[in-house]
Amino acid sequence: MNGPNASDPDAPKLRLRDVRKRFGANVVLDGIGLDIAAGESMVVIGGSGTGKSVLLKCVLGLLRPDSGSIEVDGAETVGLTGRARDRVNAHIGMLFQGAALFDSLPVWENVAFGLIQGRQTSRFAARARAMDCLDQVGLRRRVADLYPAELSGGMQKRVGLARAIAAQPDIVFFDEPTTGLDPIMADVINDLIVATTKELGATALSITHDMASATKIGDRIAMLYKGRLIWVGAAKEVFDSGNAHVDQFVHGRADGPITEEAEAQAG
Amino acid sequence: MGGERGRGRKGQDGVNFLAIVGRVFLAFVLQVGRFSIFTGRAVSHMVRPPFYPRLIARQMVEIGYYSLPVVGLTTLFSGMVLALQSHTGFARFSAEGAVATVVVISLTRELGPVLAGLMVAGRIGAAMAAEIGTMRVTEQIDALSTLSTNPFKYLVAPRLIAGVTMLPLLVLVGDIIGVFGGYVIGTTKLGFNPATYIARTAEFLQVLDVVSGLIKAAVFGFVIALMGCYHGYHSRGGAQGVGAATTNAVVSASILILILNYMITELFFAQ
Repeated sequence: MNGPNASDPDAPKLRLRDVRKRFGANVVLDGIGLDIAAGESMVVIGGSGTGKSVLLKCVLGLLRPDSGSIEVDGAETVGLTGRARDRVNAHIGMLFQGAALFDSLPVWENVAFGLIQGRQTSRFAARARAMDCLDQVGLRRRVADLYPAELSGGMQKRVGLARAIAAQPDIVFFDEPTTGLDPIMADVINDLIVATTKELGATALSITHDMASATKIGDRIAMLYKGRLIWVGAAKEVFDSGNAHVDQFVHGRADGPITEEAEAQAG
Repeated sequence: MGGERGRGRKGQDGVNFLAIVGRVFLAFVLQVGRFSIFTGRAVSHMVRPPFYPRLIARQMVEIGYYSLPVVGLTTLFSGMVLALQSHTGFARFSAEGAVATVVVISLTRELGPVLAGLMVAGRIGAAMAAEIGTMRVTEQIDALSTLSTNPFKYLVAPRLIAGVTMLPLLVLVGDIIGVFGGYVIGTTKLGFNPATYIARTAEFLQVLDVVSGLIKAAVFGFVIALMGCYHGYHSRGGAQGVGAATTNAVVSASILILILNYMITELFFAQ
């Protein structure tokens, strides 16, 4: 536990050990353990309100877990604040669920934000890099000077993706990347996610409840249920996992152990 | 989960007065603690580089320039009504000559900073809370952190700096406009000689009258920006939460302005 070994090449890119988080009496994360290798794409699936977002926020340092360890590149990150946290987050890009674009800034400044504010790149160079990123996510250059409110949901997601990859992070998080998009646009975004992370060689951690998206962008899939990861395995095995909870979720059935347990609890 | 619920139900059955008192007290302590930490962080980022000149300038324009009409109108009519009222009041004991002095001293010491503060609290405090609150509920503040940008540095500090520097300037302009309002009424309606009125205005005015008003204004500017940022930053729960944050920002800033106004006055003028 002590003496994080940052030089260990075999250390997983991201290692979570026994991460716990509760809000009052509500236990959201109940001992999460997960290793994600460099260059791997991990998808965490689970129903709404099972704590998927809380998990991501703990890794990003937006929330502080009650206990447990989160290592990035073999170095402990729980409890880091200020500059030390910024240094870790500089390696991480994040696509937010609602894109979370800054609506007071034009599209290109949104994309270049991390470069201008975080790394003091000149505005000129940052704009050039932003243009490249917009190309990469398939947006025309004239979009660059529009404001986020003038864009459709799908375009906002693309801009969010461009912003997430602009600083060339080696870890990228995707929070429900396809929520609120039509199936075709969702698939376009999935393709972009696969393409851009591959091009960066980045490690990806996504959370979603969209199975089409999960199987497309994930190498491995983990299922979060009642604060624990009840199943972790290769993405192609998720449909015959042999776990009744996972089965119910991935096939989207109304009847099964998850609903039964919820009813038992309510009654 | 089941166990937690069971316990909650039991607590409700036995109506436990002490538990309610305890909960309210704990919530209060939590609020005070959260607010103190927020203020401490905000001030430390306000005085420490790096600064964001573009953002500070934008806030200064928003607070200083765009509040001018509101503050100008408020103080203009206050100066006018002061002249009118003090004239009818002082006429009862033949002290009409004091009108000019009363107008200038009440404006610079009290009415200028307080009225400008309350107007700006409504205008700017609400806008800050709404903007930052919306950024909170749409995860834009989280996005700032992931982009290695401190939200305190980027959002809060520029607003505080602009508030502290712009309010005194606004009040100074407001003071002048208010005195002018009194002058207009005094010379046109109340029959004062223009030269006499101006001489009377300057005669008993002390530097401390103006300076104490400007110090008040700086404090009020800080309070307005702080309340706007604090309630916006801690807003949650979508549109409704942002609405509540906006209301709380304006109400708390207004009340604090009135309380602090008394305390600063006592500090300066109580013998």
